[in-house]
Amino acid sequence: MTSVEGLLGCEQDSQRTLSPYVTGTSVIGIKYKDGILMTADMGGSYGSTLRYKSVERMKSIGKHSLLGASGEISDFQEILRYLDELIKYDNMWDDGNSFGPKEIHNYLTRIMYNRRNKFDPLWNSLVLGGVKNGQKYLGTVSMIGVHFEDNHVATGFGNHLARPILRDEWKEDLSYEEAVKLLEKCMRVLLYRDRSAINKLQVAKITEEGVTISQPYSLKTFWGFNAFQNPSKGAEGTW
Amino acid sequence: MARFSPYDNNGGTCVAIAGADYCVIAADTRMSTGYSILTRDYSKICKLADKCLLASSGFQADVRALQKVLSSRHLVYQHQHNKQMSCPAMGQLLSNTLYYKRFFPYYAFNVLGGLDSEGKGCVFTYDAVGSYERVGYSAQGSGSTLIMPVLDNQLKSPSPLLLPAKDAVTPLSENEAVDLVKDVFASATERDIYTGDRVEIVIVNAEGIRREYIELRKD
Repeated sequence: MTSVEGLLGCEQDSQRTLSPYVTGTSVIGIKYKDGILMTADMGGSYGSTLRYKSVERMKSIGKHSLLGASGEISDFQEILRYLDELIKYDNMWDDGNSFGPKEIHNYLTRIMYNRRNKFDPLWNSLVLGGVKNGQKYLGTVSMIGVHFEDNHVATGFGNHLARPILRDEWKEDLSYEEAVKLLEKCMRVLLYRDRSAINKLQVAKITEEGVTISQPYSLKTFWGFNAFQNPSKGAEGTW
Repeated sequence: MARFSPYDNNGGTCVAIAGADYCVIAADTRMSTGYSILTRDYSKICKLADKCLLASSGFQADVRALQKVLSSRHLVYQHQHNKQMSCPAMGQLLSNTLYYKRFFPYYAFNVLGGLDSEGKGCVFTYDAVGSYERVGYSAQGSGSTLIMPVLDNQLKSPSPLLLPAKDAVTPLSENEAVDLVKDVFASATERDIYTGDRVEIVIVNAEGIRREYIELRKD
């Protein structure tokens, strides 16, 4: 018994996610003047097929937190069930206390790391934002438990395409309008360059007053660029 | 097809230098994965006891799990003995904790620094599975290959084979050691893509703990 099964005891191979099935692409979160803004498109890809087009990938958690997910949609829904349970049992103390974003983020961190230790990962990159007692919080966790806080975070392609923009243009006291504009700029770049991104997205906001998740909407695009219409120009010999 | 890998390398460099009555522990604050920078402001230094600090690089999730284990073990120790754990004791505990996971290791490269029970600077250096050694100075992590030979050159330590054993502490003053740390990090940052953004330098001496930060290249 030198195989992995030997090390893992009764864990069943067939119960593990060895690769994801239905996946969502990037999530972006930023801090702004009054709280946290987060955005994600509503696509659910089945491999490279765009299978679902109305997947809500951002949900509010408890009173003070907002969770966004990319990666396996079913695993995200399971995480939501875990968190519902956590919030419910916390609520049953009826002591007026409630989990803030920091606690939720830490809990997610432990769930993700625990599952990677079992070689049975939850195939997601998560973004958690929230506000409690005037304290803004924005953090992220990956499939294997790597986690950190920052003023702006992004998952997947967002790390390559959106964060350089955010590093250039983000500032502490962005107004709501400026912050949405910045997120839309990032999402437009992702829409042009990430093949699994779709033009139907939501923006979610969390402040001291609570969570609001926008209705789905589209970004204005322009495909008339020369390089789009004649991609082989400047690369002679290609088809 | 995407395959699951339980490990990642998040990079980072850790350095510690022990002096006669001080210890300098330093690490950069960059966290990376592949060619991407995840964040420019992540502290790799963890305070385990009043005079004992751990700097670790490698796989961040394992590093955090390791820090949690050591912190909780130290909390129990305080309840049982009504005192802070000494740095050499923490050194042994860290080694045992790493070896406990010998066949599914913590992918963590550690340098433990602080003051021993006599107030002398001490540095312990480790591999991922718990081999360790008390030394006068050490570098671990992605920039260690660039930094370690410079430290060897500047801080010639007495051979560990000498009899009777000589103290491994460096002859430098506290300020000279801090300046040396700043220089080696600035140099490592030039060639190691996983080192940069900022160095966090912690100085432990009889007065207590002091922190300094200097900016590094951000590219």
